[in-house]
Amino acid sequence: MLILHCPNCGRDVDETDLHSGGEAHLKRFGPGSSDQEFEDYLFMRENPKGVHFERWHHSFGCGKWFLAARCTNTLEVFGTYSAQTLEPPKEILDRITAARPGWSWGALK
Amino acid sequence: MKRYSAFAIAKEAFRQHTGWDRAWRSPEPKKKYDVIIVGAGGHGLATAYFLGKNFGITNVAVIEKGWLGGGNTGRNTTIIRSNYLQDPSAAIYEKARSLYETMSQDLNYNVMFSPRGVLMLAQTEHEVRGYKRTAHANSLQGVTTEWVGPQKVKEICPIMNIDGPRYPVLGGLWQARGGTARHDAVAWGYARACSDMGMDVIQQCEVTGVTTSGGKVTGVNTTKGDIACDKLGMVVAGHASVLASMAGFQLPIESVPLQALVSEPIKPCMDIVVMANTVHGYMSQSDKGEMVIGGGTDGHNAYTQRGSFHHIEETVRALVETFPMIANLKMLRQWGGIVDVTGDRSPILSKTPVEGIFVNCGWGTGGFKAIPGSGWAMAELMAKGHSPLTEEFNMFRFREGKFIDESVAAGVAH
Repeated sequence: MLILHCPNCGRDVDETDLHSGGEAHLKRFGPGSSDQEFEDYLFMRENPKGVHFERWHHSFGCGKWFLAARCTNTLEVFGTYSAQTLEPPKEILDRITAARPGWSWGALK
Repeated sequence: MKRYSAFAIAKEAFRQHTGWDRAWRSPEPKKKYDVIIVGAGGHGLATAYFLGKNFGITNVAVIEKGWLGGGNTGRNTTIIRSNYLQDPSAAIYEKARSLYETMSQDLNYNVMFSPRGVLMLAQTEHEVRGYKRTAHANSLQGVTTEWVGPQKVKEICPIMNIDGPRYPVLGGLWQARGGTARHDAVAWGYARACSDMGMDVIQQCEVTGVTTSGGKVTGVNTTKGDIACDKLGMVVAGHASVLASMAGFQLPIESVPLQALVSEPIKPCMDIVVMANTVHGYMSQSDKGEMVIGGGTDGHNAYTQRGSFHHIEETVRALVETFPMIANLKMLRQWGGIVDVTGDRSPILSKTPVEGIFVNCGWGTGGFKAIPGSGWAMAELMAKGHSPLTEEFNMFRFREGKFIDESVAAGVAH
C-alpha cells in the first residue's frame, strides 16, 4: 500500500486515508482566458511514465491538501511538501535528480 | 492461410496433426510501410484488419513492444455490451457488438462470442432513473435493451440476493444481446487475418521515437531499427501519453491501473454478466467455471500493471452482499492493466496536431467491447481522413466543451 507523509499533520498516512487530486502545479485560468488555456488547465495532462507531481487530500485525517513527487513507473516516493508553493522545494528536486540522472524540472514544464 | 474447419481437423487427425501452419508470420520489419500501427492489441489489429479488408491498404505493419494481445486485450473481463446513453457512443459500440456476432465466421477463427446477456443493476434511486433514461435512449438509437424490475432480475440470476440491506436491487438494464468473448482469440484471430493479407505483425519491437518533417510524420524509431511510413496510427491505450509526447503533443488522458481477479472454478451457477456500478463490481462466469470479477480503477496515476490491493477488497466486499455465495470462494489470480481515462470517460479517435498521425485511445475501463467497431471506424478515419463514427470523438472536443458525457450510462465500471 502507498504510504505518504502528510506535511500538514506530520503523520505517515495509508493510501486509504487519502484522496488523489491529480497533477500538481497546474496554472489556473479564469474569465477572459482563451479556449486553449482552459483546455490545457482543465484537461491536458503530462501523464508521465516516471516522475509525477501530484496533489493529495488527507481526507480521513487532517483534511488538508499537500503535494507529492512520485514515480508512476516504480511507485517510488521522492517526498511530500506543502501545497502552498509554485514549484517543488530544492531538496526534492535534488533527490529526484540523484535517482534519475538527466531528469530536470525545467524539461518537464 | 489454411482454413480451419471440421474437415481440416479430421484430415489432420490422420497424420498426427503435423500439417498445421503457424497462425501468423513473425517477420523482420521492412524499411517502409504505407501505414504503421503502434500497438498489437485488439484495437490496433482490428484497425489494420479493416484497412486491408475495407480499403485494400495492405502495406501495413503492426508493431508491438511486448507480445500480441498482452496488454489490456488479455487483461480485461471480456464484457461486450452497447447500452450507452449518448448517440455517438451507442453508434460505435453497437457497430462493435454487431461485428462481434459474425467475427468467428469473418475471421475463420473461433472467438467464442457468447451473447449470454448483460444486466446492469440499479441499486439506488438515482440509478433507477438513469437506467430507465438509458433504456429510452437505446430504443431511439435502435439498440435493444429493456428495463426489468427486481423480480425479473431474480429470475434471470437466481444466485443474487436482491433484498439488500445496504444496496437492495431495485431493477436493472437488461441487454439480452450483450455477452462475452474469448479476449486472446480476438487478438489472435485478427493477427492471423492481417498476416494472411500480407501485413507484418512485429512483436517485441518498442517505439523509442517518432520522426516528423515539416509538421508531417515520416516514421518511427524502434528497438528493431528505424521504419518509415506515410501514416501512423497510435493505438496503445495506457501508454498513449508517452507515445504522443514522442511526437510532440499532449493528450487529455490520465493513466491509472484497473484490476480484475478470478476465483477457483466452480460448477455453472450464473449464465449472464452482471454489472453493479454503485458498488463498482462486475462479475461473470467463464467457460472454465471461474468467477471473473472486475472492480474500479485506482485513484492515482500509475503504469505498474498491478494496482492497489485495497481496491480488490472493496470490490469483493461490495459484491458479497449481492452474491452471498461467493463469500466462500478462493481467489486464484489477480492482475492489473493500465487504462487511459479521458475527462468525459469517452474515447478519442482522431487526427492529431501532426499531419499523418492518428490516435485511437481513451477507451478507459471499457475498450474490449469496442474492438471491432473501433477498428472499423479508425481504419475509415485513416484511409479517408474522416468517418461518421469518429467525428464526435475527436481530441479537440474538450476545447469546445463538446463532451460525450457517459458518466450516467457507464459510471466507473465499463
